[in-house]
Amino acid sequence: MALLDYFRQRKTTGSAAIAKERLQILVAHDRRGGGPSYLPQLKNDLLKVIRKYVAVDNDAVSVNLERDGAQEILELNIVLPD
Amino acid sequence: MARIIVVTSGKGGVGKTTTSAAFAMGLAERGFKTVVIDFDVGLRNLDLIMGCERRVVYDFVNVISGEANVGQAMIKDKRNPNLFILPASQTRDKEALSIDGVGRVLDELAKEFEFIVCDSPAGIEKGATMAMYFADDAIVVTNPEVSSVRDSDRMIGILSSKSRRAEQGLEGIREFLLVTRYSPERVQRGEMLALEDVQDILSLDLIGVIPDSPSVLNASNAGVPVILDRESSAGQAYSDMVSRYLGEDLPHRFLTVEKKGLFGRLFRG
Repeated sequence: MALLDYFRQRKTTGSAAIAKERLQILVAHDRRGGGPSYLPQLKNDLLKVIRKYVAVDNDAVSVNLERDGAQEILELNIVLPD
Repeated sequence: MARIIVVTSGKGGVGKTTTSAAFAMGLAERGFKTVVIDFDVGLRNLDLIMGCERRVVYDFVNVISGEANVGQAMIKDKRNPNLFILPASQTRDKEALSIDGVGRVLDELAKEFEFIVCDSPAGIEKGATMAMYFADDAIVVTNPEVSSVRDSDRMIGILSSKSRRAEQGLEGIREFLLVTRYSPERVQRGEMLALEDVQDILSLDLIGVIPDSPSVLNASNAGVPVILDRESSAGQAYSDMVSRYLGEDLPHRFLTVEKKGLFGRLFRG
């Protein structure tokens, strides 16, 4: 029975599970595509505007486009310093 | 009217040419007039897998450029009178393929043949896009391995947008998944993506599962499509795949580990 358990254990901890998890994330990301080409420029412009009022880091603004069926969600996340 | 099938994958080395050769031979064996075209201009290999490399005189690019007619360039298979091979050029590059040129050759072939199998090169460049542009059906060849699955997913996206059917607003290309180099032993040990995992991610109709088998290398060594190795699991799996393509409903085989004796089991681990 110990031998059997050994194989069972390997099955659940094998690298195939990691492969599947990585692929699911990657494929979902690939399918979304990079979004419209203006997204990086939009992010830069937003940074410039915010910097007129507060000093923020380059990574303070994140722009993310999600597609859900026919619906598109543009998500803006701005982290202001304390 | 001929049906055009592209065998594609994105990633190289997953078994496109092996599949094209086996599939075309399988269709010919069922009595259909079939031609298989090598779209890998510059790196032709289908002739080698089909075992007719010494009979190449003219090629696909010669026909497109009008230096030869299609009848002169096609090689008649010596094993099956229904099967013809149109080799790729070894010296030109893929830019020699144009939509007009390829379209003209396919139109001419469509008068004579029932099935036209297009063996796509790897990648998403000109050769691959030309091979898929005119397709009615696509066989997406995938290994149960991360990079192959990812590339197949990319190809599925490209198939649905960059084809004549998509551009003309016709019904889309019928896409089928063919999993090759599948090893039930390694899946059982948790080392390889299971069939269900690959299907989960790609969500395509499964047309076949070809087990990882030494007979595939033996067949390519000898220049014989592996479907003709009727004893081998890979040959039988390809034969099943052809039947499914033609509309038969067959259960998938070779998905589980063959039961071994006690000693086999002890020494395998």
